[in-house]
Order: sequence, then C-alpha cells, then structure tokens
Amino acid sequence: MRGLFQILKEVAARPSGAIGLALVLLHLTIALGSPWLVPYDFKAISAIDILTPPDAKHWFGTDQMGRDVLTRTLLGGREAILVTAIATPLAVFWGGLLGIYLGLAGGRRDDIIMRVVDAFLSLPWILKMLLLIVTFGNGIHVLIPTLAFFYGIPVIRIARAAAHTVVARDYVLAARARGEKRITIIRRELLPNVLDALMVEGAMRWSWMLLAFSSLSFLGFGVSPPTPDWGLMVADSRTFLPLAPWAGLFPIVFLSSLIIGINMLADALAKTLGVDRAQKAPI
Amino acid sequence: MAQEPMIDIRDLSVGFSGSDGRARAVLRNIDLQIQAGQTVGLVGESGSGKSTLALAAMGYLKTGLRVFGGSAHFCGTDMFSLARTQLQSLRGGKIALIPQNSGQSLTPTMRIGAQMAEALALHSALPAAAHGPRSLKLLKRVRLPDPQAILARYPHELSGGQQQRVAIAMALAGEPAALLLDEPTTGLDVTTQAHILELLREINAQTGTAMVYVSHDLGAIARVCDRVVVLYAGEVVADGSVRSVLRAPAHPYAHGLLASIARLSDARMPAALDGRPPAPGEAGPACAFAPRCALAQERCRSERPALRQLETGEQVRCHFAEQTPTIARAQSRLARTAQQSEVQALHLEQLGVSYARPNWWEQLLGRAPSASLTVQDVNLQLGPGETLALVGESGSGKSTILKALAGLLAPAQGRIAFSHEAPLGAAVEQRSPAQLRKIQLIFQNPDDSLNPRHTVAQILAQPLELYFNLGRDETVQRSIALLERVRLGAHYMDRLPNQMSGGEKQRVAIARAFAAKPDVVLCDEVTSALDVSVQAAVLDLLDELRAQRGTAYLFVSHDLAVVRALAHRVAVLYQGRLCEIGPAAPVYAQPLHPYTRVLLGAVLEPDPDHVPQLLADDVLESAPPTQGCPFQRRCPVHQGARCDGETPPWQDAGQGHQVRCHIPLAQLSQALALSTEARHVG
Repeated sequence: MRGLFQILKEVAARPSGAIGLALVLLHLTIALGSPWLVPYDFKAISAIDILTPPDAKHWFGTDQMGRDVLTRTLLGGREAILVTAIATPLAVFWGGLLGIYLGLAGGRRDDIIMRVVDAFLSLPWILKMLLLIVTFGNGIHVLIPTLAFFYGIPVIRIARAAAHTVVARDYVLAARARGEKRITIIRRELLPNVLDALMVEGAMRWSWMLLAFSSLSFLGFGVSPPTPDWGLMVADSRTFLPLAPWAGLFPIVFLSSLIIGINMLADALAKTLGVDRAQKAPI
Repeated sequence: MAQEPMIDIRDLSVGFSGSDGRARAVLRNIDLQIQAGQTVGLVGESGSGKSTLALAAMGYLKTGLRVFGGSAHFCGTDMFSLARTQLQSLRGGKIALIPQNSGQSLTPTMRIGAQMAEALALHSALPAAAHGPRSLKLLKRVRLPDPQAILARYPHELSGGQQQRVAIAMALAGEPAALLLDEPTTGLDVTTQAHILELLREINAQTGTAMVYVSHDLGAIARVCDRVVVLYAGEVVADGSVRSVLRAPAHPYAHGLLASIARLSDARMPAALDGRPPAPGEAGPACAFAPRCALAQERCRSERPALRQLETGEQVRCHFAEQTPTIARAQSRLARTAQQSEVQALHLEQLGVSYARPNWWEQLLGRAPSASLTVQDVNLQLGPGETLALVGESGSGKSTILKALAGLLAPAQGRIAFSHEAPLGAAVEQRSPAQLRKIQLIFQNPDDSLNPRHTVAQILAQPLELYFNLGRDETVQRSIALLERVRLGAHYMDRLPNQMSGGEKQRVAIARAFAAKPDVVLCDEVTSALDVSVQAAVLDLLDELRAQRGTAYLFVSHDLAVVRALAHRVAVLYQGRLCEIGPAAPVYAQPLHPYTRVLLGAVLEPDPDHVPQLLADDVLESAPPTQGCPFQRRCPVHQGARCDGETPPWQDAGQGHQVRCHIPLAQLSQALALSTEARHVG
C-alpha cells in the first residue's frame, strides 16, 4: 500500500492538488503562527480609528470598535480550524467504523440503524445542532463532540456503501469460509479497501464542518466575543457592510479560500486514489 | 476474386500514450481484407487486440486509443475520416455490432418491441406503421419462440440466450452487409451457445452477411467461420482457412494454442503454453512470440518476421513455419492415479438447499418455506485423492452445493460429514477450526478472490496464521515453499495482485487454499476466467498437487472438455437434482441420461468438421418442477404422465455408473437415437 507521503506527492502533482495543498498549508501556518505575526492586540479598542478604510497603519482597515481587522482575521481561523481538525477525524472514525460494520453484518441491525440514520438526515442540521448547544452550552468541549457526532452520521452511509461493494467480493467470502473472525475481516479485508473512500470523505467533511462552525459563530452559538472568529466577524460587521465592506470582506475571503483549498485537495485526493471512477486510465 | 474487399484495413496501427508519455501500440501494422459474405474469426489471448481490431473496422476506438497510422475502409469509405453523423448512419445500419453481453446493451426500461422499432426507425426506410410487423418477422428470423409475446416484454424477463437473439434481430434491422460479433456466446450455456451459433450460420448462408467473429473460443470459430485470423501482441501472426489453421496450424503460437485446449475426444491433460504475451508497447523489434516459442532461434530474436504465404495458402508471420508440425506435444508430468493417504473421504447425504426465506406465516408456525428446494436429494461420496466433477448448465445448483459444503449457505436438510466423524455444522460459525481447515475453496476469478491491497506474502500468511499459529519466520518459509509448489518463486512474495497475470493470480489463490493442508478443495469454475493457454497450466498444477497430497477435489465446471481431462468421476446436475453419476470414461463414452446427452451433444470442438447435436431446445427454466423428473420439460424422450408425476428411480449400469430415469437402461440408447433422427428429419 502507498504511504501517506507517496499519496501527498501524487496529489501535489495535479494542478488542483497543488493549489489546494498550498492553500491549506498556508492557512495552517497562519493559524499556528498568527499569535507571533499579528501587528496589534486583537482586543485593543480605539475610539479614533473606528471603521477606517485600509491604509498603511491598518492594512485591512479597522472594525466598528476600532480593532485592527488584519489582526483579527489572521487570528480568526484558529478556533475554527482547531475544532474541526479534531472533530473531523472523530466523525470519520466512528461513522466509518459503524458503517463498515453494518455493511458487513447486514440483516435487521443494519435495517434499523439505517432507518434511524435516514430519519436523522431528513431533519435540518442547524436545528439539531442548536438544540444540543442550547442544552449543553457552547464551549469547545461541547462543539467538538457535537460536530463529530452530526458529521459522522453521513459518513455511516458512505462507509456502508463502500463496504457493501467490498463485501460482495470473493476475497471476503474466502475469508468467511476460512472461518476468520469478523473483526479480522473488517481489519484485513474491508478497511484497506474502504480507507480511500473514507479519506476523501474526511476531506469533504472537513470543509463542510468549517462552514457549519462558522455558521454557528455567525448565529452567536460558536465562539464567544471578544475572541476573534471569521463567522463572528462577519456577523458583527454585517450592519456596516455598505459603509465599511473591509470589516466583513477579509474574513469571508479567508474562510472561502480555506474551504476552496480543502475542496480542491479532496478532489485531487479522490482522483489520485481512484475513488473517482471517471478518472480511470484507458484500457 | 477481383472484387473490392468490403472491409479493407491497411497497415493500421492503434495505441495509446502510457503514463510515461511513450506511445504503446495495441495493434501493429494490421492488414486485413474481408470480402462480402465472408465469415472471419479473430482469435487470440486477452490483450491480443482482437476486439480493438473488430471495433476499428467500424471506425470506433475505445477512449484513450488513437490511430498511429494506416486506414480502415468499409465499402470504400474511410471510417476514420467520417464525421460523427455519417458514422452513426453507417453503424448499426450497414455494419452492426453484437456485443458479448447483450443484456447490458438493451435498455432495461423499454419493451423489446419499442427498442426494435427504434432500431428500425434509425436504420430502415420503412414507415412507422410497418415497424411492428417487421419486428415480428425479425424475431421469428432469429427463431425466438412466441415472438408476439417477446415484443411486449422487458429485457430482464428474457434469458441470456433470448437477449442475445434479440440483439441479433436488432442488428439485422438495417439489413447489414457486415456483422461484428464480439464474443457473442461467451458466458452462455453450452446448449444455448450451440443454438446461437447455428442461427448465425443460417443467417450467413441465407443473406450472405459478412461476419467478423471475435472469440477466444476456437470451438465457436470452427463452427461459424471459414477463415481464421490469429492475433498475437497486436499483430496478425496467421491468416488462413479454418481448416488449415485449426487442422495444421503453421504458426507455433496457433499450434500451442490448439494444444492447450481440452477436448472431449481426448481424455489427456491439455499441454500448457508457458509464458505470457507482451503488454502493449512491450514487444520489441523482433518476433513477439519468440520468448515463448519452441522453434525460436537467434534470427527470431533479432528480426521481425514478415507475413508470408505458404503453399497451403495460409499466411503466416514466422521464419520457421515449415517446422511447426515437428513441435512435440508437451506431456503432462504425472500419471493420474489417486494416491492413498490419511486424507478422509467426505460424504454428502440427502443434501437439500433452499434460497427461499420463510414468509411471516411460516415463521409464526416454525415451518420451513414451502417453495421447492434449489438443491434436493444430493448424495455424493468424495474419496481421498479423487476428483469429482459437478457439471450442468447455469442454475443447475453446482455452486450452491459448493457454498453449502463451505458453510457459507446453511443447507435446509441432509448432512455433510467426513468419514467416522460427527457431521459438520451447517454454517461456518458452527464448525471447529480443524473442520474448517479441511475444506478449502478456490474461486472462479482470482481478480475477485485476492484482495487487491494485499501482497502475496500477506495473502498466504492468512491461512497459515489462522490454522497453524506459526511464527513470522516459519510463516515466510512456508509461504515460499507454497509458492514454489505452485511454480512461482520467492520473488513473488512482495507483489500485489495487479502486478501479476491472470494465471499467476490463480496460482496464488491455489497456494492459499493448499496452505491450509486441506482434505477437500472445492474448485468453482477455476479455469473459466483464464485464457485458454493458461487454463492448461492451472489444470496441470491442480492435478499435480492432488497426486502429491492425496487431496480430493470437488470440481465445478460448465466446460465439459476440461472436466474430461481432469475428473475421475462426473456427476451431472439439472435444476439442483442429480441425473447421472459415474466414472468419467463411461459417462463420456456412453452417456445414459437424456440430459447428459443434450449437454455432451452441444459441446463444440475446435475442429471445422465437428457438428454439435442439438437434442433439446434451450428454454429458460426458473424453478424446478415440484414433482416428477426435473428434466421433464425439456426431455427429448419424455414418456408422459410417469415422468411428470413420479420421481425417477436410480438405475445401475455397473462400475458405479448410475442414472436416474424412468426408461429402462436397455431402451434408453435406442429411444434417444430415435429422437435424434426424428429431430433431424423434422
């Protein structure tokens, strides 16, 4: 099996993969390094510099409280990236494992759980998520498990479908006929073949989760002020949007570029791993 | 024949660009002229370019392929220079394709009648009102029973053979001058195949439609074609009349290919053709076949032979074609005698298997489902070192029996046991590891039975770890020993399945089965996914392993010639019921059951003078009859109410040859002979 490094190398060889990888790495670097990069204190209010347009002093301008938008934008992704970077693997892990198990086991258990999953997916996500956050509060310790839980549910379906196609193959039948234990079959026969689909799925989930996290912040259920956050910044600046577009525009550009980068990366990953059927070599 | 050829392919080279950017040729400098009315067979191993050539004749290339040079003309028009719209009117009209799996080429949501009308609207000048009657006529033309009813059906309601007939009828809609047939009977039952081939012969004789018949099956080619073109590594290596190529092949490759085919008339093991053909772009400037050739000399490895004409009229691409008849037939290494060992015999008693699930009412009462059993009343004994073959058409329950034996499908009744032991549990979970170890499976398609993510070392380690709990070093040692036994070396340990050829993969699958030191190996169509030249080598290997270890085989196959070469005993199944069982020699020499006769009569041999006997129609039977003889609906010597109502008794013909039929043995042969005559006169 190809190592992770080898896969990344092949991803980077594709144009979309190279751009995606560059964007994602750039954002990760900013998120990690921003506390040392930023020119101002993100909490520093100024009564004089309210909503000043971008100039040499404030490259991205200032917001309605006179805070530096550049500082706040650079710092604004930290929370979102941290939460989603932990929640995504968790979501893929539990959703993937349950999905693979259901794909292999089938039968009544599969029927019942999948109906529950269907019912769950038919409800608007924001409603369910708000319900949990309102009940348990909105700290990171609630947001991570909540996002991991909700975004793991669609992963069940993907993993189950991927496992289903593998279960029908003769090598799984051969393993069953040998008398291998179910856990061995999952680990040895199914997992290596489902892993590709899960990796791509994970990348897609990450971008959706970022969007969801920012939406929660926008609605006031994510990060609490004065911590800088893209979603929150957009929410705060939206009343002044015609007056001072820079206060909302820069966080939006940052968030979108990260999401676009992740999507391009996922796309290139899918093509490299052959999960995308249309990309098969001729003959 | 000064006439201009209908299909005229000149110096055509087709290929694709590899991932490294190098051009890789799939077809190399092909020259092929086909006259109107001719039937030409294109043969070769998979990857030889035969399908690509046939499709190129209609100006079609698979995605990724492009023309490197040369031309393809059909009736004087250059197919590769035509615009898409012009091509579309030619294709399906003047030149029509019949693909391998017609079931997939028919639209599943459209009735046959509507699809036929569509084809007629596109490719005939008939007014819409005439489409219905014309469709009916075409369906009659392809000898479909009750064509009126077929028009109203959907494709999934037809059997594979009927779908193929519909595809032929649709191809005939535009009254084509040429038909391209791409493995049209592969995957069909022998009886169905024989019927389809008869139909094709008839169409050619009546309408003079030219046919290009692509197949790996030389038996089918021999039946339909009058000219054979042999392709190897994208080149024409032999081109001549069917008689000269199949009877006295002048090219060493054709010679080897013919020797590797198992034949009904020959109980010997076919001779394997070693090696494998070069991949596209791999063939050098020399003779592509030289590495596998028995006649190869220095000249063959440096100079590419030209296509030259022999005295017989056959064209051949070989420097030393005159010496081909002197190639000695490779002999199988081992005598086929069973060795006695401590291996135990396996008994199947009164085995019955059902796929039906009990409905809620039956569940409530704790009853078994009322539908008749898929497999019923099967009694078999499998002795040590014995090869017992299960033969029958698709749906005869062969694979179902294997699944029940492997514990993958719990039987509804009966018992499976090794001699002097308690019966085996119905399902895998109820069997002990020691019991599981004794029965191993080899599947049809190694692409499917080997995990594409596992190296050979990992694949072989699985049974070794599971059953013997060996240490790492010992596992590696045993794996290497196993690889050597299947005639692969230790250097295969790190390979992934996609780095091996089909034959090599199947050897790994065989090694995995033998890693468990089994008493019984269940072989499910183990050669049918492989190229002919590879089949012989796999059969030879299986027989060698059996003789060495005393393992017993339950060998399921639809290929009766392969069974003839390998099996000691043969059991014939129809609709999940045994019809006839006995030692291979008497069953083949003097088949007693009408169904065995039908099966054997339909087998094709790679011999232009072999005529198959068609004793019964190829009808679709979805479920076995609830009572009486399972073969009652198709039997050519049906005896009336007794056959329909009573289960026929076993009759003993001596030497363990038994047959299940109401007609007394003495009268069976006579009755069948009479029915054959009646059929031929009628």
